[in-house]
Amino acid sequence: MANKLETIDVNLHYGDFHALKGISLAIPDHSVTALIGPSGCGKSTYLRLFNRMNDLIPNTKITGQVLMDGEDIYKIKSSKIDHLRRTVGMVFQKPNPFPKSIFENVAYGLRVNGISDNSFIENQVEKTLRQAVLWEEVKDKLKKSAFELSGGQQQRLCIARALAIEPTVILMDEPASALDPISTGKIEDLIFELKNQYTIIIVTHNMQQAGRVSDYTGFFYLGNLIEFDKTKKIFTSPSKRETENYITGRFG
Amino acid sequence: MRIRRFTEPVFESLIKICGYSSGFVVLLIIVFLFKEGISFFGSSPVEEGFTMYVHASNPVKDLSAAQIKDVFDQKITNWKALGGADQPIERFSLDELGEAFTEEQLGKDFEFLPKCIDSYMDSLPGSLAFFPSAQTDGKVKSAVPIKIDKITVGKFLSDTEWFPTSRPAARMGVMPLLLGTLLVSFFAIIIALPLGLAAAVYLAEIADERVRKFLKPVIELLAGIPSVVYGFFGLVVIVPLVQSTFNLPVGETALAGSIVLAIMALPTIITVSEDALRTTPRAMKEASLALGASQWQTIRKVVVPYASSGITAAAILGIGRAIGETMAALMVTGNSAIMPPTLLQPVRTIPATIAAELGEAPFGGLHFQALFALGCLLFIITLIISLLVERVSAKRIN
Repeated sequence: MANKLETIDVNLHYGDFHALKGISLAIPDHSVTALIGPSGCGKSTYLRLFNRMNDLIPNTKITGQVLMDGEDIYKIKSSKIDHLRRTVGMVFQKPNPFPKSIFENVAYGLRVNGISDNSFIENQVEKTLRQAVLWEEVKDKLKKSAFELSGGQQQRLCIARALAIEPTVILMDEPASALDPISTGKIEDLIFELKNQYTIIIVTHNMQQAGRVSDYTGFFYLGNLIEFDKTKKIFTSPSKRETENYITGRFG
Repeated sequence: MRIRRFTEPVFESLIKICGYSSGFVVLLIIVFLFKEGISFFGSSPVEEGFTMYVHASNPVKDLSAAQIKDVFDQKITNWKALGGADQPIERFSLDELGEAFTEEQLGKDFEFLPKCIDSYMDSLPGSLAFFPSAQTDGKVKSAVPIKIDKITVGKFLSDTEWFPTSRPAARMGVMPLLLGTLLVSFFAIIIALPLGLAAAVYLAEIADERVRKFLKPVIELLAGIPSVVYGFFGLVVIVPLVQSTFNLPVGETALAGSIVLAIMALPTIITVSEDALRTTPRAMKEASLALGASQWQTIRKVVVPYASSGITAAAILGIGRAIGETMAALMVTGNSAIMPPTLLQPVRTIPATIAAELGEAPFGGLHFQALFALGCLLFIITLIISLLVERVSAKRIN
């Protein structure tokens, strides 16, 4: 399987803080990769490399290469960053719908990218809401504010919103950590569905979740990538002592 | 321990007393304001202690303050215009009496005054006279007191002339002052809102942290400058600028007032809306950027809508500041109650009127009460504005 994303010896500094220490990792196409590790280990920072979200934080210095389809995304012109972000969808830890209607939330990504064909937008909204298994619940109240939905529904709306612009990669930063078990289950089912079409990276604190949804797992600790392998291997016979300690709950 | 048990109830009751007494003082001020203001309505616009008379044969039995003023300004010179017979109006008061009669005829202590008035009135069937009530009440056979319309709330609000010291009958129409206030405030907010919002967006979203740390306190400092200093600045800088730009005879205009009030309202608008803009969760901005939106699109479509209730509150607070502002308005607007008020003419605002006229209005008199009525009106306007702010801020999206 070809590698969709790859980092080669990436170092990242926030001011004096060395957040990522020489991370080299290749992520295969059409797979789900889980990033695990204790809080502050750098896994979210690593995730945010791929849509250049770390750029928003002042005093950030990045060295090394971050490749997407073989192209270094930190060498593109700054005017192309918007375009990069279009091809990389992101779902955040807490549901964060915009203060707009359900319909407009999903349509937002299309509108800001210059699409004004209303029938296309309508089709796309319905399609992605169906993909996110939310359509049946919201089809009669598309004009209502997105804030009227429950937390789990809001998170699926955010996933639909990310899907609407047809990215090839979806980054998920602890997408279910703020949700109840039933909503979490729905999100996990959804990730399973989406795997066929997208390359997904998911940051999670939940070991069972990582085990359930992912094909590959990377364990981060103190800014280092300790181990990266097939999920089955990581959870049954990790090759590093730290990994074993972490997944068996001895620290973290 | 024992001391604490003793002091805590003491402090508690002290705090209670402070709370109750400040609430009581506020109520007291409102009661006082409205007591003075309301007694204005129902009184006669004719100067206190004076009565107006017409010849007993005159069919006109009542007049309004506006008609009396027109007569004494010689805009109306014939009774026909007032619904009477076709004869000229002879305006007539103590001053004219002094010319018509000698001091002997009037008597040493004016004891013959009623008689003189009586004979004089008798000879002038077209007269409209104006005499001290004490000298004439029931003593003048040839003349009858004319009924003057009392001042009502409706007339106070709808009359378009403000001549509180005109004699014999004052005209107290709040319309030019109210419109002047609203005009100046409206344009102040038209100027201040886009500027303030732009500055707030810059501070909250674009400026880097060092610039923000410098600018925010500076802008907050602006709010602390005394309004008389703003007025002075307006008088020296804005007024000549307006005068030369529009080639006007005087620079003290509504526009100059609007500009100065806009500058004064800016700090409020900037700080309140900047605080509102900064409440936009970072995750929401990131979500927008992650969808490929530019920073400008994010600000326009996510940050500003999210903060819209806070921005509305900022605008209303700014309007409140502009409407209530006295000193700067007094100094730069030119203070002339022109109807209808326009941007490039002098106008007079309600607070400026109160400040300018209270000193010369006799205590307890009609003019004095009229100024209190103006105060009541201003109070009601600002009350409505604060209620609006509360409604809008309570409607925050959660």
